[in-house]
Amino acid sequence: MGTINLKEPSVQIREKRLGTITGYAGGAEELLTQVKGCGIKDSKRKFSQCIGCNAGHAFCQLSLIQDVAIVNHAPVGCAGDFFGFNFVYRVEQVNRNLPPANGRYFSTCIEEKDTVFGAAAKLEETVREAFRRVHPKAIFVTTSCASGIIGEDIESVLDSLEKELEIPVVSCSCEGFRSKTWTTGFDAAYHAVLRKIAKPARKKTNKVLVPNFWGSHVFDNFLKDLGYEAQYIMPFSTIKELEHISEAAATIHICPSLSSYMGAGLEQVYGVPEVQAPPAYGVKGTDIWMRNIGKVLNRVDEVESYIKRRHEQIEPKLAEYRKQFEGKRAYVTAGAAHGHAIIALLSELGFVVEAASIFHHDPVYDNHNPESDALAQVVEEYGDIKKYHVCNKQAFELVNALRRVQPDLLVARHSGMTVWGAKLGIPTLLVGDEQFGIGYRGVLNYASRIEEALDAVEFVTNLSKHSTMPYTKWWLDQQPQAFQGGKKKCQNI
Amino acid sequence: MPKYIEQPRYSCAVGAMQSVVAIRRGVPILHSGPGCANKITSLIGQGEGYAGGSTIPCTNAEEKDVVFGGEKKLTDLIESSLKVIDADLYVVLTGCTSAIVGDDVASVVSEFQDNEQPVVAVDTAGFRGNNHVGHAQVVNAIIDQYVERHRGPVEVEKGLVNLFASVPYQDPYWNGNIEELKKILEAIGLKVNALFGHESGGVEEWKTIPNAEFNIVAGAWSSLPIAKHLEKKYKTPYLHFPYLPIGGIETSRFLREVAVFGKLDTQLVEAYIQREEEKYYSYIEQTADFMLEFRYGIPRRVYAIAEASYVLGFSKFLLNELGIIPGKQFIVDDTPEKYQAKIREEFKNISEYKARNVEVEFNPDAGESALEIERLIKGHPEKRSLILGSGWDKSIADATKSDLLIISPPVTYRLVLSCGYTGYTGGLRAIEDIYDRVLGTYR
Repeated sequence: MGTINLKEPSVQIREKRLGTITGYAGGAEELLTQVKGCGIKDSKRKFSQCIGCNAGHAFCQLSLIQDVAIVNHAPVGCAGDFFGFNFVYRVEQVNRNLPPANGRYFSTCIEEKDTVFGAAAKLEETVREAFRRVHPKAIFVTTSCASGIIGEDIESVLDSLEKELEIPVVSCSCEGFRSKTWTTGFDAAYHAVLRKIAKPARKKTNKVLVPNFWGSHVFDNFLKDLGYEAQYIMPFSTIKELEHISEAAATIHICPSLSSYMGAGLEQVYGVPEVQAPPAYGVKGTDIWMRNIGKVLNRVDEVESYIKRRHEQIEPKLAEYRKQFEGKRAYVTAGAAHGHAIIALLSELGFVVEAASIFHHDPVYDNHNPESDALAQVVEEYGDIKKYHVCNKQAFELVNALRRVQPDLLVARHSGMTVWGAKLGIPTLLVGDEQFGIGYRGVLNYASRIEEALDAVEFVTNLSKHSTMPYTKWWLDQQPQAFQGGKKKCQNI
Repeated sequence: MPKYIEQPRYSCAVGAMQSVVAIRRGVPILHSGPGCANKITSLIGQGEGYAGGSTIPCTNAEEKDVVFGGEKKLTDLIESSLKVIDADLYVVLTGCTSAIVGDDVASVVSEFQDNEQPVVAVDTAGFRGNNHVGHAQVVNAIIDQYVERHRGPVEVEKGLVNLFASVPYQDPYWNGNIEELKKILEAIGLKVNALFGHESGGVEEWKTIPNAEFNIVAGAWSSLPIAKHLEKKYKTPYLHFPYLPIGGIETSRFLREVAVFGKLDTQLVEAYIQREEEKYYSYIEQTADFMLEFRYGIPRRVYAIAEASYVLGFSKFLLNELGIIPGKQFIVDDTPEKYQAKIREEFKNISEYKARNVEVEFNPDAGESALEIERLIKGHPEKRSLILGSGWDKSIADATKSDLLIISPPVTYRLVLSCGYTGYTGGLRAIEDIYDRVLGTYR
């Protein structure tokens, strides 16, 4: 089944497209077996905490494109995340030698009467005003629960504005209630760009696309040595650059949870080859990824000698770290593919990853290639993770499980989670830059940050002495998955 | 309500969940889409508090709830929240999804209330208003559905007052401000229900709301519907001081107005004012030479782009105590029209010594106002300006080499703990913070 359909204005959500689940408790290996046997089990919860919605993730990828304006067709509260992204936009401009500028984001401020009489006129007015103030190269319109339930034909409104303003005016369907898997928002943003911005290739270039957030440019030198040029896309792209992504030589992933749809879309629609191995985290994972990219870019021999050279360079230091960390117990909480990457990194460094709380699970990515399965690769290379929870945040499950496991280290990858490690007196680490841990160097990078986190015991120990606990004793005595119910279902994917 | 907003500086009614987080051992329960709490805390919520942020229970509306309704799901969630979260007060806030679909939240919640469980429901659909409006709705709902059910006999307690000042988290310095106001009011002989933050006594304190001798509203308009509601419900009179008192002059004026209204012991009040002013002005005196002599330029003109309570409070303070002249003032909080005249009137009387015509604009579309401030400052390149605004204004402050003090959300560039700007202490703190920024610009 093909998953990329650019004729539809809305991307199909991950639950339907990939069979993604957000509730599971068991072992990692068992989860993989269930997937293979088509008996993957998604759980529902009678108690749940705020998940976060896909709108923020769509906005995340669209709002940092350099020359656009964004209109959020929603009540004003949905615009609460504007500034968080604007902050990132401004900070990262400095790292890229770009002039300082605010992101240009508008809310249509849907109010009660609009839910009765319609909000289309308001949307038109806002798009025109955004155009007047900003003169962007494109305007993206992100939707909301309210605009979705009102149910107007946004497409036709935007089509006529596109003619009037003579720039792309593109809808991005990301109503909060659409999906429990927030990464669907990434898909929605890429869908919008593939559908309305990208154009057929005029020629082929030596560019290798790296869909990413705003991480460091770790691929530059490596790809240059192979005769290619890294092009980091979406945040800090220009519309012109995105128009020509179809001309690239390949797409690589830093996290397929992020860019599964973009990678498969570019390959299926424009024939841009996708490097389908899981991202390059951990020494073993990096070896596999390197060999894969060598094949795709036709640089097999160069890559082999690169691998050999890099192994020799990092081995002595790596051995030291392994000795230091050997046998320490770690807990990981993060999004899917990046969480698997962290598990690989920690295992590589000698940690025993005893448990993980991972925000969702994609049984397959959009390329439908089983070799892309990052969790399968981790289990194969480093062994099972016995306590593998899938929970879309759900801090109450994390706290409960953390207290039982009492690891030596918690590595988290989303805000709102680290505080629980610290409150329980567990050294905790959050690394913001996704590219920080990539490749051979990345293993050492991570090791040095872990060393710091383990060293600063005073802070967490003292904090834990004065921490409050909003959970009842009753809850902490239950099993972490006590509120997960639900039935087995067969996902025909 | 505005047509559109660039650079939003407030949230929707669900944003009032932060008012619940500000109540000791209070927890909001959201009957809403999955993203609401994240978006709110991203704008107005540094830190989780006791049970805010990712601890907040939520029904996380899905497509089927929007089609078939989500009442059963809400019942399950409230039931389980009572078991899982260790709190004294559970406030259900409904978002757009359930409001448009038409879930009967009141009847779901009334079952819990009939079983004497501390659960309250408020309709805060995002499209119905902003979090200034939502704040009053939440407080009034708690009064009607919790306080009224759990209070003792209504007996006016002499000297007890309820303080309604900052909207928690929308005012980034709410905790410090409330703490300071409570401190100075208690110093003149009152007993103060702070209701929010560290200096409050949690739900036990809330239960005594009906017993207050009078209520104090210190702020432009957001809390007025609460005072009016209490006047109607418990016949409690209220004093409205329409801005945050910052610094010596305004704090003394505030205390004297309270003293007159509450018929307090004038001698005690004046003695306190004298003692505090002495201390306060001895500090000001120390800095006067700096303000007059510093040769490399300090701001002489202020543009505010913030909530009415701060814009007024700071304008008065900066003009009268630091000699910083108010340029055009922009009020971003979507002040309802009926409250605007009073605010304009206050600006007319900003100086005791001369007529001053301070231009004031009410406009929630802060993106537009920010551009105007940039033009205004660039029109006077010889004058150094101070901008009182939010994180959004770092851009215009940098572009015009102005000094920026962030007093309005998003505050991202500041880490706020106990800082407050009200009272005598807050005034001194404001002076330190402003000139800290000014002096920090020199190499």
